[in-house]
Amino acid sequence: MEYAILFLPLIGSLIGYLGRSTTKYFAEISTSLFVSISAVLSILVFWNGIQNDIYGNYKIFEWISSGGFTANWSIKVDPLSSIMLVVVTFVSALVHIYSIGYMSHDPHKPRFMSYLSLFTFSMLALVVSDNFLQLFFGWEGVGLCSYLLIGFWYKKETANNAAIKAFIVNRIGDFGLAIAIFLIFFFFGTINFEETFQVTSQFAEKKIIFLGFEVNLITLICVFLFIGAMGKSAQFLLHTWLPDAMEGPTPVSALIHAATMVTAGVFLVVRCSPIFEYSQYALNLVTVVGMITAIFAASVALVQNDIKKIVAYSTCSQLGYMFFAAGVGAYHVAMFHLFTHAFFKALLFLGAGSVIHAFKDEQDITNMGGVRKKLPYTYTFMLLGTLALTGFPFLSGFYSKDAIIEFAYLKNSTLGNYAATIGIFTAFLTSIYSWRLFFKAFHGPYNNKKILIDETHESPLVMLIPLVFLGIGAIFSGYLFKTTFIGHYSKEFWQESIFFLNEIKHESIPLWFLLITPILVLISIPISFYLYISKPKILEDFKNTNMPLYNFLLNKWYVDEFYEKVFVNPAKKIGSFFWKKGDVGIIDRFGPDGISKLVKIISNKTARLQTGFVYDYAFVMLLGLSILLTYLILK
Amino acid sequence: MNFPILSTLIFLPLVSSFFIFLSKDKTTNVSSISISLFSSVATFFLSLFLWYSLDINTSEFQFVEEKSWINNYIKFKLGVDGISILFIVLTTFITPICIISCVNSVKVRVKEFLIAILILETFMIGVFCSLDLVIFYLFFEAGLIPMFLIIGVWGGPRRVYSAFKFFLFTLLGSVLMLVAIIVIYWITGTTDITQIYEIQIPKEYQNILWLAFLSSFAVKMPMWPVHTWLPDAHVEAPTAGSVILAAILLKMAGYGFLRFSIPMFPIASEYFTPLIYTLSIIAIIYTSLVALMQDDMKKLIAYSSVAHMGYVTLGIFTLTKQGIEGSIYQMISHGLISAALFLCVGVVYDRLHSRMISTYGGLVNYIPKYSFLFLIFALAALGLPGTSGFLGEFLVLAGTFQKSFLAAMLATFGVILGAAYMLWLTKRVIFGVTNNSEIKKINDINKSEVVMLVTLAFFILFFGFYPLPLMETFNVSVNSLINNYETALITN
Repeated sequence: MEYAILFLPLIGSLIGYLGRSTTKYFAEISTSLFVSISAVLSILVFWNGIQNDIYGNYKIFEWISSGGFTANWSIKVDPLSSIMLVVVTFVSALVHIYSIGYMSHDPHKPRFMSYLSLFTFSMLALVVSDNFLQLFFGWEGVGLCSYLLIGFWYKKETANNAAIKAFIVNRIGDFGLAIAIFLIFFFFGTINFEETFQVTSQFAEKKIIFLGFEVNLITLICVFLFIGAMGKSAQFLLHTWLPDAMEGPTPVSALIHAATMVTAGVFLVVRCSPIFEYSQYALNLVTVVGMITAIFAASVALVQNDIKKIVAYSTCSQLGYMFFAAGVGAYHVAMFHLFTHAFFKALLFLGAGSVIHAFKDEQDITNMGGVRKKLPYTYTFMLLGTLALTGFPFLSGFYSKDAIIEFAYLKNSTLGNYAATIGIFTAFLTSIYSWRLFFKAFHGPYNNKKILIDETHESPLVMLIPLVFLGIGAIFSGYLFKTTFIGHYSKEFWQESIFFLNEIKHESIPLWFLLITPILVLISIPISFYLYISKPKILEDFKNTNMPLYNFLLNKWYVDEFYEKVFVNPAKKIGSFFWKKGDVGIIDRFGPDGISKLVKIISNKTARLQTGFVYDYAFVMLLGLSILLTYLILK
Repeated sequence: MNFPILSTLIFLPLVSSFFIFLSKDKTTNVSSISISLFSSVATFFLSLFLWYSLDINTSEFQFVEEKSWINNYIKFKLGVDGISILFIVLTTFITPICIISCVNSVKVRVKEFLIAILILETFMIGVFCSLDLVIFYLFFEAGLIPMFLIIGVWGGPRRVYSAFKFFLFTLLGSVLMLVAIIVIYWITGTTDITQIYEIQIPKEYQNILWLAFLSSFAVKMPMWPVHTWLPDAHVEAPTAGSVILAAILLKMAGYGFLRFSIPMFPIASEYFTPLIYTLSIIAIIYTSLVALMQDDMKKLIAYSSVAHMGYVTLGIFTLTKQGIEGSIYQMISHGLISAALFLCVGVVYDRLHSRMISTYGGLVNYIPKYSFLFLIFALAALGLPGTSGFLGEFLVLAGTFQKSFLAAMLATFGVILGAAYMLWLTKRVIFGVTNNSEIKKINDINKSEVVMLVTLAFFILFFGFYPLPLMETFNVSVNSLINNYETALITN
């Protein structure tokens, strides 16, 4: 069964692509079917794990063996990976089905479906790995699929650039992960998870000299692991690829850039909790970066107008929450938020896709509005997604996000309190930008000049059904799994798969603290409605008086511009310099070209000596004779 | 074993080239093509048989043949072990592919071209089988001549300049190696390397001899800063020439380090490790940046080859298990990947007669099969896990990390640049918009091209997922190489 979960998407991808010309619907049906079976099996595996405690580690075959550097192709099913299995295959199956409708006019749909399935396979290979090398395989594999899918509309220059940017920024993260793997291999002598975690405690105090600095080994490993996680999960400084990645088709954004791939970084940190726990320094770094990302992305999302970019920044921000949860040592809460987030964020993305579809590829929310009656289902689902995201009481986001803030508070450290404060404030911002999107897209006057309001239409059933499933997830996943993931049964559930050195005690929290976030979330709804729909003039005035701040946010804190100036352009300049000046100007000029020129000059000069005139030769002979004589006489 | 299987392997292509010479093709070249194809495939199967019958549990040289040559001074000695066998198989595997590619790309003097390729194959197999320094030197240098002709006769417009540049560089290095071989004979009284392995070459000679060998190998490798002949040679060489150059000729130097420099001069090898690290790192970073800015596809791939070879030299001189195994793996894998990439350039060059990146764009709209394969090769070249390109690089880096954090960090950084230039190339050639109206008339790859490229793609992926057949072959030999090296260091 475990084999089937892993390989069905791969098989689907291959036969879907190879058999694409047999019948019109072959590719979409085969890929969707195979991934759906995989999803059903994953749920079974997950259920078996919770109920009957059936987990296992299956070896497929040996991949590589070079001295101690050995790794197997493997399937490790434990509580952690079983959750990921469910999230990945479930969302993937729904996105496959949704794509049948969404991509119905695209001539390259079979290729699209095949890439989606291939992505699912890579992601599964990542989460079921029992060693770092297979994890790295999946890690880069999902990066590849993300590259292919972002650049799916390859005629668009922007899509191509976004695809390359995504891959290269991810590679910077991969660089960190690779270094971490090398460190682990060098010091621990293994790259297997279990063996690594067993020996970690022996190295807790070890210091090494790294590039001239004395550092704690565990901290160093964790920092590099975290650089990897930052790249994949689009954390601050390595986040720039995620908003650009919205150039890809919307189902891709839902699957890869919301529910699955971008959470791989969180998964990595949680998987490596037995290492992270031994380095308070690294955990603090994770917390700080998570905090910064959460508030940064939320602040940028406030002013963006592209519907997908808003949701993308929101994803970025929510990933920040997961990281600071992990950073304060609440790994299970991070995973819980990952789990619920997958549902409501995929719902939001697919809902946004439905809106875009209705407006015939319009993505700017200032060109929407007034269509809540025309798109009743989409409206409902977007409402659900928005409520869940903002943490409206008793929906899924409420349980997981508030738990993060609570655990940060319970950590009872200065950093924890900062994290809790930032968390509350970001929750408020989240609420504002979510409602802004929602109101501007559906309420107010109709603003689109390109098409008439009567031409907007509700999406077909094949696109709405997946939304139903995700909607159910967005409502109930928090309530249903709260006790299993973070409540009473959490110890029995997680077993050995996450590790706590000093577990945070779940003490009672003051009531006022518990109420802050829900109240902020609730009052933000009328505030947003007032500001964005009833009296947009207030904000307009505010914007005009604070233009620098507005531009700062609109241009995403100028991070992209900074990179362009500091890294991209210099790299090109240095490349040209090495080529034109180094290779051609120095090596060739003084090397082969210089030598051949020199030989030519010398031979020309010597050739000139042979004039052919007798008196020249006689003169030289005389000269030689006199020198010889002088020498002999003086001797 | 009585049957001289290695000699057969070496001289089979030479003999068949003689038959081609005798054949009386005037216009069609059918018989020369079929003879050469048949003989090269036969050689390939013979080498597979050799691989199959090789005992991989020992590091001893096997199938040894020994004949007295010049007055007992110099012996004609051949033998293979777990390392060299793979290079032999690579050679015999790439040659038939080159011959198939000629059919599409070589238009004049096909017969002579095939003869040159087959003679070159003889020399290349000879290099990997030689157990005597003089024999090695002869094969190593003789390979220059057919390659020189391939570039000089069938090359592009600046072929003469490139051919001479190639010749000048390589010859300069090899003269010093010849002197070194003479000195070795003078010290030890033999040129048989199995005997030289037993005798410790005195410390005071090791450094200078090692440098003499380096001067030859560094050029062939090519290492920075003597790499500038490679881009020019590739640009002007015909497709098959580029393929052989990148896939096999560049591997002779890496093999040379493993077979000669390290076992014969262990002390010098250790002494000069920092030098090699520095040159390798510069090669990786510098040439990757240069590759980024190229506007000629072949030049770009040539520069990327220099960067990839930087990983090889880096890995070899870590003298760790992972480093050396990674290097060998990287060489084999680069043999497949670079061959495939040059063939890909050849395919579009045959159709539009331009190597410039700006000529192309949006190929995927018109030739999807080609584009798909190109993408696979580009991804393999940037070291994506699941392709053979990944494992070599990753093992080298893991090995390097045990010796020098700084070198490993910098080399790992090169991986990012590798992704940048390869993806940018792909974007500009395969994706994007089509500005050139001629592209709309372009034909997708024909049957023979499908055969070549799909075969290569298959092995690139196969060895990415299941490298054990290769790893097990050289495992024991690499172990003993490292053991001998370490013992030699301890005794001194």
